[in-house]
Amino acid sequence: MSELLSVKGLKAEIEEKEILRGVDLEVGDGEVHVIMGPNGAGKSTLGSVIIGDPRFEVTGGSVFFDGEDITGESPDKISKKGVFLSFQNPIEIPGITLGNFIKTALEMKTGERIKLWDFKKKLKETMEVLQMDPAYAERDLNVGFSGGEKKKAEILQLLMLRPKLAILDETDSGLDVDAVHIVSKGIEEYKKQVGGALMIITHSTKILESLKVDKTHVLVDGEIAVTGDASLIEKINNEGFEQFIRKED
Amino acid sequence: MKEKTHVDDIDRSIYDFRFEDKDAYKVSEGLTEDIVLKISEEKNDPEWMRDFRLKSLKLYNEIQVPDWGPSIDGLDMDNIVTYVRPNTERMHTDWEDVPDDIKDTFERLGIPQAERKSLAGVGAQYDSELVYHNVKDEVAKSGVVYTDIESALRGEYADMIKEKFMKIVPPTDHKFAALHGAVWSGGSFVYVPKGVHLDIPLQSYFRLNAKGAGQFEHTLIIVDEGAYLHFIEGCSAPKYNVANLHAGCVELYVGKNATLRYSTIENWSKNMYNLNTKRAVVEEGGKIEWVSGSFGSHVSYLYPMSVLNGKGARSEFTGVTFAGEGQDLDTGTKVVHNAENTSSYVNTRSISKSGGINTFRSSVVIGPNAHGSKSAVSCESLMVDNESRSDTIPSMDVRCADADVGHEAKIGRISDETVFYLMSRGLSEADARALIVRGFADNVSKELPLEYAVEMNNLISLEMKGSIG
Repeated sequence: MSELLSVKGLKAEIEEKEILRGVDLEVGDGEVHVIMGPNGAGKSTLGSVIIGDPRFEVTGGSVFFDGEDITGESPDKISKKGVFLSFQNPIEIPGITLGNFIKTALEMKTGERIKLWDFKKKLKETMEVLQMDPAYAERDLNVGFSGGEKKKAEILQLLMLRPKLAILDETDSGLDVDAVHIVSKGIEEYKKQVGGALMIITHSTKILESLKVDKTHVLVDGEIAVTGDASLIEKINNEGFEQFIRKED
Repeated sequence: MKEKTHVDDIDRSIYDFRFEDKDAYKVSEGLTEDIVLKISEEKNDPEWMRDFRLKSLKLYNEIQVPDWGPSIDGLDMDNIVTYVRPNTERMHTDWEDVPDDIKDTFERLGIPQAERKSLAGVGAQYDSELVYHNVKDEVAKSGVVYTDIESALRGEYADMIKEKFMKIVPPTDHKFAALHGAVWSGGSFVYVPKGVHLDIPLQSYFRLNAKGAGQFEHTLIIVDEGAYLHFIEGCSAPKYNVANLHAGCVELYVGKNATLRYSTIENWSKNMYNLNTKRAVVEEGGKIEWVSGSFGSHVSYLYPMSVLNGKGARSEFTGVTFAGEGQDLDTGTKVVHNAENTSSYVNTRSISKSGGINTFRSSVVIGPNAHGSKSAVSCESLMVDNESRSDTIPSMDVRCADADVGHEAKIGRISDETVFYLMSRGLSEADARALIVRGFADNVSKELPLEYAVEMNNLISLEMKGSIG
């Protein structure tokens, strides 16, 4: 069976600084992968490059999604194929309400007009799962949202857009215990409703507690240093990344 | 792979049709005493008005062109035809009587449909003369007068016109006010009597069809004590490769505790010099609300001004300006606080793209008597690309210690990060940019009358194409 996401020898740089130095990674349908690693290892860059962030230049290797080469494609095309990135720092956009934005994105994805009534009902239900005040749907996208509300708004988009692969870039960072719990519930809901694959970039394990992790990758200095199963997470929690860092001499 | 973004101009095809003006009467090009006298005769002016025109012409010849705004070198008065009478005998009150080509023009612009749907009265000016004017019966019965200035000059309100005509904007004000005084033609006179609250708007539409011509309509509105009026004006013209000139004049008298909302959607073609002067005087407890959308013209000088003369008088200015390729739009507003507890609020957005230039000027004067007055100015500019330009020039003159004055200006570009965020959700680059621009103008566009807000959103749905380069 072919993999959903297949990253081969991926190299990428920003402003002539190489960040990814040959990443190899395979994610199957519905699998849950965790990406860990020290700060500055290139974890966020990996997510950004997969979705086609134009700030990065791919200098080698390839990304295949659902059997198609998406290396260097534009983000809208990659998104339409079914990849979703939950941003670490979601952008504030005045003048566009959260609700209207999600509706627009859904219409772009399906190419069809969506019935307002059905959409509002679905949006309201989904916001309830995330314990979001429905008034947020009428507020400008992320404008004046707290850190927790912004992350919930990302998960709300994930649940509404139903991608085949969700990349979560430190969705749990900067959240209090309750917010982490709600976001985890949202991710569980995504697994349950959509059955999609997950690539979770994280420093903490709280968000993973209710998920069955298939693989854990440790990214160090732009390369996957080691890949293991769920037990690797505990090992790292106890011993840190030190063991995987190449000593330069 | 890098993408270059190309932003197309606003689609003007709905405005850019035109008809031959072969049957119309015109004066010769340029500006001489003979021409002014001919216009005066043609319009059957009362004597005082003829003298007023001649005095204005003299002033016009003495006053220099402004030396501080966009260049108007392309405007040669010797080539401008100041008076073009459309091919119709008189003003009509029955739409069916309007000549076919003119009727067709306004029908394409949606004017009669709008009247049937949502307006209390409509005026339509074609080149130099009003061709149609009508108010609903129930509105006329409440004592509201809505007519062309020429009729008003000879009718029941003749004395009122004589007393107020070009008193707020005197011909001495600037060169183009003087020009207006000399060659003005057409426009509207509105009188709303004491306590009359007009729930639905009146609308005038100005269409300049003739090539190389000028339009100099005069709008005089008096909203008496405690009354309410919403007046909408729309302007458009087909594009020619020679300069056209619009130097209209708007004088608004807002009485005690009265409110006037004055909405303008200007979409002149890009050969137009739009040198328009608008001013309101507001009495005690009264309020002027300006809503201004400027999308067209090659060069604009436009700064609606509010003079707050009575205690507690208020002014609100909401504006959006869109400057595309070849456009140099100098817009803004002026407020003079002349009495206690007056307040002014200014909220504008300007968008420039494809080398378009936006300059926003605001001038707030708080006089020595204006104790306890407040003013807040907020202007935001967005440049869609790197070739475009946006400047903000605020001026504040506060002569009273207990006034509260605020100014906030923001100038920005569309950030790549924002475009990327939207694209990562499946929006094309063009859709992402259009969404950002619409969102930017949203605060202002929702103040526009609904059909214009829709039109503006269509205007902003820029045809943005991504091309690989």
